[in-house]
Amino acid sequence: MTKFLNLLSNGLALGAVYALVALGFVVIYRATRVINFAQGGLVVFGAFLVYQAEHTWGWGFWVSALFAMACGAGIGAAFQSVVLRRMIGQPVFAIILITIGLFLLVEPITTTVWHNPPGGVETPWHLHTVSIGSVKILEVNIATVVMGIVVLGAFFALFRYTKIGLAMRATAVDQEAALAQGISVGRIFSISWAIAGAVAVVGGMMLAGGAGPAPGLSVSLGLLALRAFPAIILGGLDSPVGAVVGGLTIGVAQVMAAGYIPSAIPALGSEFADVVPYIIMFIVLLVRPYGLFGEREVTRV
Amino acid sequence: MPRANRAMVRNYRDDLRLFPTWTKRAALLGLALLYLFVPLLLNDVWANVLALAGITAVGALSLNLLTGYTGQPSLGHAAFIGLGAFTAGYLGGGRAPAGYNLNLWVYLLVAMVLGALVGLIIGLPALRLRGNYLVIVTLGLIFAALYLWQKWTTITGGNAGTAMPNRAVVYNVGGHKLDLLNNLTVFGKVLGPKQGLMYLAWGLAAVVALLVKNIVRTRPGRALQAVRDRDVAAEIVGVSLARYKISAFVISSAIAALAGALYGLYLGYLTPDEQSLGLTLSIQFLAIIVVGGIGTIYGPILGAVLVGALPRLIDQYATSLPFVSNIVTTDPTKSGFTRGALGTVIYALLIIIFLVFEPRGLAGIWRRIQAYFRSWPFSY
Repeated sequence: MTKFLNLLSNGLALGAVYALVALGFVVIYRATRVINFAQGGLVVFGAFLVYQAEHTWGWGFWVSALFAMACGAGIGAAFQSVVLRRMIGQPVFAIILITIGLFLLVEPITTTVWHNPPGGVETPWHLHTVSIGSVKILEVNIATVVMGIVVLGAFFALFRYTKIGLAMRATAVDQEAALAQGISVGRIFSISWAIAGAVAVVGGMMLAGGAGPAPGLSVSLGLLALRAFPAIILGGLDSPVGAVVGGLTIGVAQVMAAGYIPSAIPALGSEFADVVPYIIMFIVLLVRPYGLFGEREVTRV
Repeated sequence: MPRANRAMVRNYRDDLRLFPTWTKRAALLGLALLYLFVPLLLNDVWANVLALAGITAVGALSLNLLTGYTGQPSLGHAAFIGLGAFTAGYLGGGRAPAGYNLNLWVYLLVAMVLGALVGLIIGLPALRLRGNYLVIVTLGLIFAALYLWQKWTTITGGNAGTAMPNRAVVYNVGGHKLDLLNNLTVFGKVLGPKQGLMYLAWGLAAVVALLVKNIVRTRPGRALQAVRDRDVAAEIVGVSLARYKISAFVISSAIAALAGALYGLYLGYLTPDEQSLGLTLSIQFLAIIVVGGIGTIYGPILGAVLVGALPRLIDQYATSLPFVSNIVTTDPTKSGFTRGALGTVIYALLIIIFLVFEPRGLAGIWRRIQAYFRSWPFSY
């Protein structure tokens, strides 16, 4: 039972990160109907920006984090208005390929600029454990979940109660009708990308700060972010709530698999946990292709 | 009465002719001569480059059939390349003393059959998926395949990797033996293994190109393109979506596995890891068809020649580029802008630039040049 609760806390922390990354996917998908593969790149970039601000410029953690979030938002919005704006009307596949191209650019840039630094991001919390009964929970896991709740809460408040949120929802329903109501759809696209960029940076920062299975700063954080795809498939491509539920589920499932499978079925080995999210995704796609909370896709003939 | 040409077609047979004009026939002859004589004239460096280009041309043609003609985007090509390569390694004597020691054609055929089977398995769920979703599922396929390669050590050697066959015997009849990789003699000249591989790769590329061309210019091909353009409409006019989508996956995967087997022969040694069989390899093939021209036959071949061999060229000439770090070090903190990074940046930029400014690729540019001269001097 202790092992289970330990794994659960690890899983929820990883799941919170997945939820943040998945939320970025969903926000962009709702606005532009495109899956943004570059999200993983923004996760990596965000983590390295925090590192840069902390180590080279000697800023505090919170200042660095805000700075990196602003940069992430700026990069997202800039990419949407410089490159993707030109691609309106092109096939979905072409736009996805462009975001993959952007994702590819991140790894060489970060390794060239930062040379895989040995340390991680320094955070106010550490790798101490907090004991609740016999269960020891890493401080960073608590911090990650809290951070996730704060950021997600802020997003849902924005989404639900502000004019921008209303405009975003309207754009998702019908772009032309939104335009007719005086909503600048282009600006909503940019805002969506900016939000996605900012939440991706938070996810990357938490991963580099010690949450998840591979703590530390490296470009492989980007691959970790690609594991958030199963989360959005599970939750539904166009549902922010689904992103959170899917992210937590996938995170917990992956950590549980890593914890139990090597001893239960040794033949599968520890790497099997990395494949588990994709197996879940595959099953979900066969049974409910539009996910748990997603809107069923109806095509007009 | 004028003879039939491209603009002047009287019946279906005229329409189906592969090389309708004398320029095309001359080009075909020129290509055949190039095929025969270029390997004789090249040094090892360029033979290496062009052998890899031939192999990537085979792979790109297969991806183009699936993505360009049927409209099913796939990131899973690296999985099929790996499947073909490891099949070749295990059956062709690369795992000696384990494994088998079969003939070149046997393991190429087995690789294709296995590719087709896996393609069938992937094609079935893909029936329900489109666009975005298919990209994600095929992305998952890469990770699943990598996991399988790393676990299945009898075949792949696990983290240590596996050697590949070191001979490619085309025939061995009555004492006459033609081995492309060892002491191949053409017109009294002894050629190296990469020159021999050039003959094999480009020969198969020609066969595959003809096969794909024949598919796309006849009924099945029109059905595939109908599925790409509007799947609902295609089904209404009587195209069986299930049949054609699955066929596209099966054929494309079989050819991709063939390309994989050739790739194994080319590399000589293959380790199942993220670098050699990961996402980057799949994207390389996508970059080739995007740069060459999606939905054409000569596009992927052109793309393979121009960008498919880039990794090899970078390895060869990166030393003379001032901004590329040539320090070979195991300490990652010391490496600067490495060769691998340069390759990735070039692929990424090619994809972005071509998709934004020239979505139809080099084939589109070529068509525009043709159109310009056809209506010359009234070009506007």
